[in-house]
Amino acid sequence: MEAILAIAIGVLASAGVWLLLRGRTFQVVMGLTLLSYAVNLFIFSTGRLSVDKEPVLLGPLGATLQHYDDPLPQALVLTAIVIGFAMTALLLVVTMALRGLSGNDHVDGIHAPPGPRDGQDPAP
Amino acid sequence: MTTALGFLTTSDHLVVAPILLPMLSAALMLLMGTERYRLQAVFGVIATSLGLLLSILLLLRVQRGGADATVAVYLAGNWKSPFGIALAADRLSAFMLVIAHAVALAGLVFSTARWQRVGVFFHPLYQLQLMGLAGAFLTADLFNLFVFFEILLAASYGLLLHGSGGARVQAGMHYVALNLAASSLFLVGAALVYGSTGTLSMADLAQRIPHLLPGDASLVRTGAALLAVTFLTKAAAWPLNFWLVRAYAAATPPSAALFAIMSKVGLYALLRLGTLCFPGADGNLVLMGMGLATMVFGIVGLLASQRLAYLAGYALLVSSGTVLTAIGLDRPGLTAAALYYLASSTLAASAFLLLTDLVERWRNGGAVFAPQQRAAEAPFLGRDLKPMDGIDLDETQEQPTGRMLPTPNALVGVAFVLCALVLAGLPPLSGFTAKFALLSSLLNPLGLGRGVTDVAGIAGQSNTPGVAGWVFVALLVLTGFAGLLGFARAGMRNFWAATGRGVPRLRWVECAPIAVLLAGNIALTVFGGQALKYLDETAIALRRPQAYIQALMGARPAPGASASQKAAP
Repeated sequence: MEAILAIAIGVLASAGVWLLLRGRTFQVVMGLTLLSYAVNLFIFSTGRLSVDKEPVLLGPLGATLQHYDDPLPQALVLTAIVIGFAMTALLLVVTMALRGLSGNDHVDGIHAPPGPRDGQDPAP
Repeated sequence: MTTALGFLTTSDHLVVAPILLPMLSAALMLLMGTERYRLQAVFGVIATSLGLLLSILLLLRVQRGGADATVAVYLAGNWKSPFGIALAADRLSAFMLVIAHAVALAGLVFSTARWQRVGVFFHPLYQLQLMGLAGAFLTADLFNLFVFFEILLAASYGLLLHGSGGARVQAGMHYVALNLAASSLFLVGAALVYGSTGTLSMADLAQRIPHLLPGDASLVRTGAALLAVTFLTKAAAWPLNFWLVRAYAAATPPSAALFAIMSKVGLYALLRLGTLCFPGADGNLVLMGMGLATMVFGIVGLLASQRLAYLAGYALLVSSGTVLTAIGLDRPGLTAAALYYLASSTLAASAFLLLTDLVERWRNGGAVFAPQQRAAEAPFLGRDLKPMDGIDLDETQEQPTGRMLPTPNALVGVAFVLCALVLAGLPPLSGFTAKFALLSSLLNPLGLGRGVTDVAGIAGQSNTPGVAGWVFVALLVLTGFAGLLGFARAGMRNFWAATGRGVPRLRWVECAPIAVLLAGNIALTVFGGQALKYLDETAIALRRPQAYIQALMGARPAPGASASQKAAP
């Protein structure tokens, strides 16, 4: 379980970083979204992975905490998800404003010279 | 009145007040609707003045305990300390709060002249940014620090985009994307710290980190490094600072004035967590190196920039780099001097960013050339390097004796000179005092009047600056020189070589904030002794975090509270 989660986080994070470094705003937005998924999964896993453990709210299961799940990362990840969601929405608005003002979707607002990958339409 | 004041200064509710006040006023402003600028402005000025008053009260309160600082603790939700979220105000927090509120008040008054009307929701966003700043300075919980960072960043996105336009949206896009990435790093760092220590309370962290198993300790160090990268991005340390100058130059001047304190939040967080949780960390070397690199970057920028707003941005970079290097060198005297420098340069940079607006407007109204199109050219030479029409560089023009310098010109010029003096660190203002304090504590760490050789090693520290110290000394002198050159050139372009433009129209609400910020600098100079004494005690208290930890861990929930407290273990 740990290996699967770790690989998933790694794939999400590396894809996110790759997209974040691209030159088009949509790719940057997607990259930041993937990165925030990776981060959220990572926060979730800091409470240690476990199956079938009770939340602290249920009655006493023993003297120690080993039969319980750690509730704090869940609260943290909820906060992080909400904040990340709102910020991505804001970034989308800025992206669209930039698209409208500069006439293209390059992050620098310039029209990049047509390259092998992203130079399909040279006209603004 | 006196009893109310007494209640405020003794009760710990004072700690949460600077956060609640802007939050409530922002909420009320939203209810007023988008069109009622004047009402919102009055409300905002009252709330921010009240916030300034509360911060000063807080400062007076924590000052009482001497170097063994009094720490005011507020337990949010009345939970026992390591389990609930706590707010704590010590000398450093109160000091930063006062500067933030002073700068915010000046920017807010300035905005009422016209900038508040170029977009909607200026005032609520301004209050929310203030709330985020106050929260970041006051919180004693790592995740809460993240939340307050996000509040201040979300508000700053809005303030940066206030007024819209291509340049702002462009700079805003970079700024938002970069800060979202930095926030991801913050979350990973905080998660690593929580996963390996099991706590997020800073005081609890400070107690647990020395006793961790080696495996967990290395995870905590990784988390701390990620947190530091986030804070360094906020503090605009090289190479994470390419966003700052463009963003600050694009923002509307009142927002930019408030942003001058925002880059200090990262420095505050570095200082707070560094001294509390990771004392003597080996990251200090990296901090120092990045600080020195930032100073070099700022020097090059100061020499290269033509626009006034860029000059202000690079001056802010230099000040960030200076404080960062001082934090990295990690000596109490140097920390105190750096904090004094931080206050002085922040006030002056804010005043300069506001002044930039007046000068640019003066250039745009009635100047013979459109400055934004020909900003890179010499002002009195044409494209072919011949004198422009109507300007004769030889002495055949009208005699200069007959015309008086109009008063508004002189006022703007004097304000410019004062800002330049502080930012370049020349006497007689606080910039010089700050640089002198920095150099003196570098070269003679045990204080003026003590011999250098006979007391070596008494305090367990070396008496010589070391290689990094000497580089720092050289760069400090060089920043002064570069700043002087940059500001002198900008002054000549904008004041002496200005032809064919009228007298600037000044309004009281625009001049008063600049005057007050500069008066703050003069006050810092005149009361430099008291300020440095306070900051010396601050630096010593930072080196002895036990008082902070004990105040936080020993805080008891208020009696007679709800059942939630009984449920706490």
